[in-house]
Amino acid sequence: MRDVAIVSFANHITSHAEGDDVEMLVPVITEALRAANLKKKEIGFTVSGSCDYLGGRPFSFVMALDAVGAWPPIEESHVEMDGAFALYEAWVRLQHGDIDTALIYAFGRSTTGSTRDVLATQLDPYVMAPLWPDSVGLAALQARAMLDAGTCTEREMAQVAARSRRSKKPGPGAHTFAEMQAGDLLGLPYTTAPLRAHDCAPDSDGVAAMVLVAGDRAKKLTSRPAWIRGIDHRIEAHQLGVRDLTKSVSTALAAEKAGALGKSFDVAEIHAPFSHQEILVRKALGLAGDVEINPSGGALVGNPYIVAGLDRIGEAARRIHDGSAKSAVAHATSGPCLQQNLVCVLSEG
Amino acid sequence: MSEPIRKIEAPVRLEFTVEAGRALTRFLSSIVEERIVGRRCPECTKVYVPARSSCPTCGVPMSEDVTVADTGTLTTFCIVNVPFEGQTMKLPYVYGAIVLDGADLPILHLVQGIPANEVRMGLRVKAEWTPPEERPASLEAIRWFTPSGEPDAPFDAYKEHL
Amino acid sequence: MGNRCAVIGIGQTRHAAKRDDLSIAGLVRDAALRALEDAGLTFKDIDAVVIGKAPDMFEGVMMPELYLADALGAVGKPMLRVHTAGSVGGSTAVVAAHLIQSGIHERVLTVAFEKQSESDAMWALSPKYPFQPPLVAGAGGFFAPIVRSYMRRSNAPLEVGMQVAVKDRLNALKNPNAHLHMADISMDKVKASPMLWDPIRYLETCPSSDGACAMVLASESAAKKAPHKPAWVRGTSVRTEPGMFAGRDQINPQAGRDCAKDLYAQAGITNPRKEIDVAEIYVPFSWFEPMWMENLGFAELDTGWKMVADGATSMTGDLPVNPSGGVLSTNPIGASGMIRFAEAAMQVRGQAGEHQIDGARMAIGHAYGGASQFFAMWCVSSEAG
Ligand SMILES: [Zn+2]
Repeated sequence: MRDVAIVSFANHITSHAEGDDVEMLVPVITEALRAANLKKKEIGFTVSGSCDYLGGRPFSFVMALDAVGAWPPIEESHVEMDGAFALYEAWVRLQHGDIDTALIYAFGRSTTGSTRDVLATQLDPYVMAPLWPDSVGLAALQARAMLDAGTCTEREMAQVAARSRRSKKPGPGAHTFAEMQAGDLLGLPYTTAPLRAHDCAPDSDGVAAMVLVAGDRAKKLTSRPAWIRGIDHRIEAHQLGVRDLTKSVSTALAAEKAGALGKSFDVAEIHAPFSHQEILVRKALGLAGDVEINPSGGALVGNPYIVAGLDRIGEAARRIHDGSAKSAVAHATSGPCLQQNLVCVLSEG
Repeated sequence: MSEPIRKIEAPVRLEFTVEAGRALTRFLSSIVEERIVGRRCPECTKVYVPARSSCPTCGVPMSEDVTVADTGTLTTFCIVNVPFEGQTMKLPYVYGAIVLDGADLPILHLVQGIPANEVRMGLRVKAEWTPPEERPASLEAIRWFTPSGEPDAPFDAYKEHL
Repeated sequence: MGNRCAVIGIGQTRHAAKRDDLSIAGLVRDAALRALEDAGLTFKDIDAVVIGKAPDMFEGVMMPELYLADALGAVGKPMLRVHTAGSVGGSTAVVAAHLIQSGIHERVLTVAFEKQSESDAMWALSPKYPFQPPLVAGAGGFFAPIVRSYMRRSNAPLEVGMQVAVKDRLNALKNPNAHLHMADISMDKVKASPMLWDPIRYLETCPSSDGACAMVLASESAAKKAPHKPAWVRGTSVRTEPGMFAGRDQINPQAGRDCAKDLYAQAGITNPRKEIDVAEIYVPFSWFEPMWMENLGFAELDTGWKMVADGATSMTGDLPVNPSGGVLSTNPIGASGMIRFAEAAMQVRGQAGEHQIDGARMAIGHAYGGASQFFAMWCVSSEAG
């Protein structure tokens, strides 16, 4: 495979965005290009991730094109998926060897509607969706299954939430959460038992942009590119009844294919919209005890749908860019109860 | 044996609160005052109506507001004879692409005050505004466009907008 | 463009206004199983699945690939979902081809579908959205002014649109999978049909169909093991431009011209009219055939209609266009682009049955979407090149 690196990343995650999608995207795309020392015209391939249902309108990605100024015409694609999968498509495209640069962006506003209800339309339309089980309810079923199987405890879940809140110092517009000890969080009431409010990611609005560059050109453009040493994604069955919800077999498989198993990492960025899911993914990735988990705070402190997965990979790359990590593993998820998972291995060399 | 079930009805109702965005808000707050505001791109100098935040070809933010006329040229059009959900006009009706004087991109709007079979490319038109007290913050603040009575624009004058 | 890629399996559903004998999952599975059978494979042999469809609101299922993973044998595999408006069937196949050309996978299943009977596409295309008056009546309403512009600019006779409408419906009579089988189609019948979006008549528009299309794409080594003759992918290209900008040529968009140019360069084609034996082009409204003839470099500017008038694009012409009957005869929107790609491959594999163009060696598949702003194309050949 051709060596490809993340040379820049920019994002903006907020509790509620003002402005339209383009107004959110332009500064972030501009910043990603600036940090990559590239002009718009030097980008060989552009690919985005967005979701029509999130904003309640068809073709949401079409108007967003204003943010890149697709003129003269560009080579472009779009996935109706998390931006992490757009990153995968770009990585595949760069393997051909005829172009060296790609721009990836994703935008998602979870506050436009009631995202937990919107996500119910993602289910089998004949037998599940008509019952309107919302995304939090389904995650609660999974948490219950894990608690009953002894694969996690409520205290461990609270520890995940407490650590997330400690990790991230909220920037302008970000969600703000009181820092609390796990023991104190456990004293709070259930919201959808066995989940408490802190176990569930907030609804956030956000955008993220990333530049990929292949080969020697990456080294010329930036001093510390984050090299993609492995990337893979896998999906599992949709019907929850045929899955063992206490395991994430697709994460484990993607991790194996991406070469993440048995390796040590300085940092892991895990896309877990629910605290118990971080525990599940951590196990599936086979992470050692000393790896720093979600220094960005993870999805539990900011979770714009469609963006949060790409954001994990970008945050992991950032740690390599700034020299605070030599290696990282990042994870993105999609679908109810971790149905689809992507694993990306990053390294400074 | 009962009939096999071939179909179920599963209604979906979701509510959304949509942000207009800063640029469009500027346009919408002006149109209730009977002014049509667009924005000029700092790079290519084209004027876009309604105001949008970013130039679609240059990809840069547009910040200079430009008020354009409520008269313009009909570049091309369609006579609609097919009913559809949410439509409010009586069939047949004409809508078309209208380049307002001072703008570089047509808007789509209704053309009335002329029999459908007499509507033609190059027709000069003028906005008919709704009364101020019932004017919505939307392009519907303009009820429709009607012939202005000026001579038709020559093909060469608008062919770059097709 | 990397490693060689071949089409070794093709499957389509029987397309119809309403396939109420199949669920959405049943529909995509039907096409996938046919493609696998053609390739002599089962789901077990597939490395990855790439699926495409038009907006999710058409069926009311958000990101339906999640629900379809089971039906498409994707469990335990990578699965991608592409959405590039009307061009999606084409761009989905392009993404699948990239997975082979990049050397990542050996065999990729790609599927595109739409089940229009389970929703209201007209509503999904023209929703009542704040700040915008509901003027545009679906896709026909959007494209009618552009058709009028083309007629004015090229001085094409009115009959041209009707000729395309008749030709494609006659071709569809030779295609058992086509949705429309109108044995009595004629110029008079098209002329007598209601003027829906003047200047577009009812019979000059595409139908609403339920249908799916699937292909198995393979590496060179995997193609050598396939039971039937492969179609070799000689080029793939996608291009995008903004849908609305000052001075835009909406009739002959540059993105389409750039996309074709890139495609021909990859395939080593210097004279497309001469070197391409058959073309499957995305023509949802009959007037788009002459427009795309110009955009694709088969005719000079403003003369595409002459190819239609002269019969050049008929089954017996020098460049048969849409021998399958095209989008005018079958339109499961999200699948329509992939059907073009698949039909092109069927021609160079010699498996198009009654609508086969004898001796077809080089063919193109074409799809477009949005405001004529998203383009996806591929070129396939009986020769690996
Ligand atoms: Zn500009």
